[in-house]
This record gives sequence, structure tokens and C-alpha cells, in this order.
Amino acid sequence: MIKLAGILLIAIGFALRFNPLVVVLAAGIATGLCAGMSFPEILTQFGQAFVDNRFMTLPVVLIVPVIGLLERHGLKEYAERCLKKAKAATAGRVLLLYTAMRQISIALGVNIGGHAGAVRPLIAPMAEGAARTRHGAVPEETAQAIRAHAAAAENVGNFFGEDVFIAVGAVLLMKSFFDAEGMPVSVWALALWGLPTAAVAFAAMVWRCRTLDRRIARECAPEQGRAP
Amino acid sequence: MKLVTMEAFYAVVGLILFLVAGRIAADATHPKRWGSAAFWALLGATFLLGKRIPPAAIGWMVLAMVVLAAARQVGRSAPQEVPQDARKAEAQRLGRRLLWPALAIPATAVLGSRLLGFVHARGVWLIDPAQATLISLSLGALVALALGLRLTGAAARVPVGEGGRILETVGWALLLPQMLAALGTIFAKAGVGPVIAGLVTAALPTQHAWVAVAAYCAGMAIFTMIMGNAFAAFAVITGGIGLPLIVQAHGGNPAIMAAIGMLTGYCGTLLTPMAANFNIVPAMLLELKDRNAVIKAQAPIAAVIFIANLLLMWFCVYRF
Repeated sequence: MIKLAGILLIAIGFALRFNPLVVVLAAGIATGLCAGMSFPEILTQFGQAFVDNRFMTLPVVLIVPVIGLLERHGLKEYAERCLKKAKAATAGRVLLLYTAMRQISIALGVNIGGHAGAVRPLIAPMAEGAARTRHGAVPEETAQAIRAHAAAAENVGNFFGEDVFIAVGAVLLMKSFFDAEGMPVSVWALALWGLPTAAVAFAAMVWRCRTLDRRIARECAPEQGRAP
Repeated sequence: MKLVTMEAFYAVVGLILFLVAGRIAADATHPKRWGSAAFWALLGATFLLGKRIPPAAIGWMVLAMVVLAAARQVGRSAPQEVPQDARKAEAQRLGRRLLWPALAIPATAVLGSRLLGFVHARGVWLIDPAQATLISLSLGALVALALGLRLTGAAARVPVGEGGRILETVGWALLLPQMLAALGTIFAKAGVGPVIAGLVTAALPTQHAWVAVAAYCAGMAIFTMIMGNAFAAFAVITGGIGLPLIVQAHGGNPAIMAAIGMLTGYCGTLLTPMAANFNIVPAMLLELKDRNAVIKAQAPIAAVIFIANLLLMWFCVYRF
């Protein structure tokens, strides 16, 4: 039970809005000490895992120089302008289309997109551009909500398409787990049973995107246009 | 032998971070000049030296970065954005050509991960086949940078400046994914997972088949929220709850259980600040005021998918 001290620290620290880095380090040290590790051992463990997981930070750092350069030369403005010509576009529909593209491509094993490479420079500006074309000025709060939903579209598309493809990540992990247990489980069955949830995830995204569009229409409605 | 490994690209990342640190150190108007410069230089050093110095030294550097962040010594430089009119004019001038560098990243990543891993002669491999995806993505970023510099005619210091500006908006949150992964390994070493699996099974009447399904789904989602990672939760919860209860005690189908169980774990990923690279870093990248805005946008989606998975597993796992 005492091993759960770290989890308690995390919950309290995040709830009280302490700096998350401090909370995570403190939770690691507490858990390690409870499990009988010494302080230097814990720091070594942290250092080792930090180096082993450099791949998590690498894409952001490598991609932002070129994205920053292109943004300085008007990439976001171009992405917004593209949407001016598409009359049927709404912020929700742009995001939904992105989720669909992301789900289908990753189900076929092609991993395109990403928060730094696609959402920030292209998808979020396109969604905001669609909202501006339709409603004129968009309040800052609304623009923030559109951007948050753009990040959600990326995550949902990424997570709930991947398990349908048999040659990467999750399916192989499950397969190797069952192999180690000595149980014959087919990768095809694993991929097939990922399909219903992929469909549910897309349906949930349809619902959220329509809710988002209604919210944009409500928050952008001009005050003077209302009946007295 | 492999000619190109990830270490080469980690070195490039280290170099970029050093340049960012240098730019901050040279900026006398920066509000947190020396703290920020030290932070980015330390991070650069962990990338550049990662495998060359002992993990204990990296651990102390991590501790130093956390202290700098906690003492509020890591700040943002004053934004020096190009006026929007100038950006609009550039968008007009360059038009569609602006998209090519942006599209070169996924194009190179996809082609490279399909092809580069197979290039070899006499036992010498061009790249490490096990890392083909990451190497191709990194190559894509560099190809895009070269294309972007050619297209815009900008000086080489511009991307470092602009990239540094974006990195500073993310700030110390950039460390979170790696820190949380490190915490995950400590949780795993301490044996936190089996304790949780034990608690869940002890607290619930798992002799009922549907309770076993509910315990497994809830276990996957909750433990993923704690670990920030569904893969880490999968082995623990499937080994501790799924296999003994659903498969062995009640005769459920392991493929259905695992496939839907993993996706239930992803619902947890949508809900947790512990999955920082999916939820927190993007909120900073998109310059959202609320660090948890992405999680809040995802919460209704996660709830719908969780309930659907629960029902789906309950109806299917004992039937097929």
C-alpha cells in the first residue's frame, strides 16, 4: 500500500497546481524510497529513463525551426486564406475531415500529422479561418476552444485508428504479451476487434464537432442583431 | 554496422538547443536571461551527451532543470513577431509554395520508413532498421528546413530564432513527457501495478462475469491515467485482472478482451495530464491559456468511448 504514496503525491500536487515537474520528481523520489531505493539510485534511474526517452522530445525540437520559419513567412495566414474559398467549410467540419484522414491513414500504416508539424501550422489556422469566414471576428475564448479541439482531433484520429493496423505498436505489443503467456491469439482478430471502437470514436468526434460549430455560432452572434 | 543511428539526430537536437540557449544568453532584454539560458543548455547537453556520460550525471542535470523551472527562472523572451500585414504579404507572394516544406516532413517520413531500412551492402546498413520511422521523421524535418530556407531566402539564423521562440512558449513543459516516462519506470520497479490490480480484485465481487469486465475496463483507464501510457498499463492490468478473471475464470475471448481493453486505456490517455506529450505540450504549442484545455475538450469524447467499450466488451467477450 505504501508504494502508492507517489500516486497520492501526484494527485495532490496536480490538484493544488504545483509545478508539475516538481510533483513528478517528488513522486518518483517518494515511490523509490518506499520501494527501498537510495536517493542516488533514484536519480540514476531518472537519468537513464530520461535519456532512453529522448525520442519523445526529438520531433518537436527538430520540427519547430522550419515551422517557425514558415510561420514568419505567412504559412498560418495562407492556411486561413485557403478556407475562404471553401463555402461549406466550418471549423467543426475541418477538424472532422482531419480526424477522418488521420484515422484512415494510420489504419493503413501511414503516420502523418502531429501537433507541431500539422496542427499548429495548418489545421488549427484552417479551422479558425473557417470560423472567421463564416462569422467574421471570433472572440479569443472561442478561438482558444477551436484550437483545443484541433489538438483533440489529432489525438482521437491518432489513437483510434492505429489499432486497426497489424504491423505496428499496440497490436504487436498485445501479440507479444500473449506469446509470452503461451496463448495463441491472432493479430487479425486483435485488429478486427479494434474496428468497432474506431467507428465509435469517429461518431463521438462528429458529435463534438457539431457541438463546437453551434458554440461558435452562438458566441460569434452579433449583439445588435438580436431582436429587442 | 549501421552508418546512421538516432544518436546523430539527438546530437542535432542538442545543437539546436545550444543555439537557442546562446541566443537567450546574448539577449540583454530577456527577463530571465541566465536561468533560461542555463535551462536550455542543460537540456541540450542531455541530448548531445546522453549516452556518453553516466546516467547519474544526467539525473543531476534533470534535478538542476527542475530546480530552475520551480524557482521560476525559466521565462520567455519578449515576442518579436513580424507584423500580420507583412506575413499576409508573404503569404500572397509565396502562396501554395509555402506548403511544400510543411508537406515534405510527412512525405519523407513515410517514404523513408518504407525504404531506408532495407538499404544495406555487405553487412553495412545505411540506417538502423529498428529506428527507421524516427530517423525518417528526423530526416524529413531537416529536408523541410532546407526547402524552407531555399524558398524564403531567409538567413540560417532565422529558423533558430523562430524555432526558439516556439520552444520558449512550450517552456519547461517540454521536459514533462520524458520526466513522466522516468516516473513510469520507477512505478514499474516499485511494483505499483500489482498493488492496484490486487486492490481492484479484492474490492469487487468478481465472481460475476460482468463485474470482471467492468473491473478490467476501469483498471485499464485508471492505471493509464496514472502512468500516462496505455502500453504500460496493458501488461499490468491484463496480467493482474484480465487474464485471471475474464479469460481463465469466466472463459472470455482473449483477442476481444485485449483489443477493446487497449482502446479503453486510450480513453485514459485522453484524460490525463500525465500523457503530457499528447495533452500538455500541445496546449502550450497552441498557446492556450489553460494548460488543461485539450483534456477538457477530450473529456466528453473519452466518456462516450469508454461507455461504448464497456458495453461492447460485455456483450462480445463471452459470446465469440
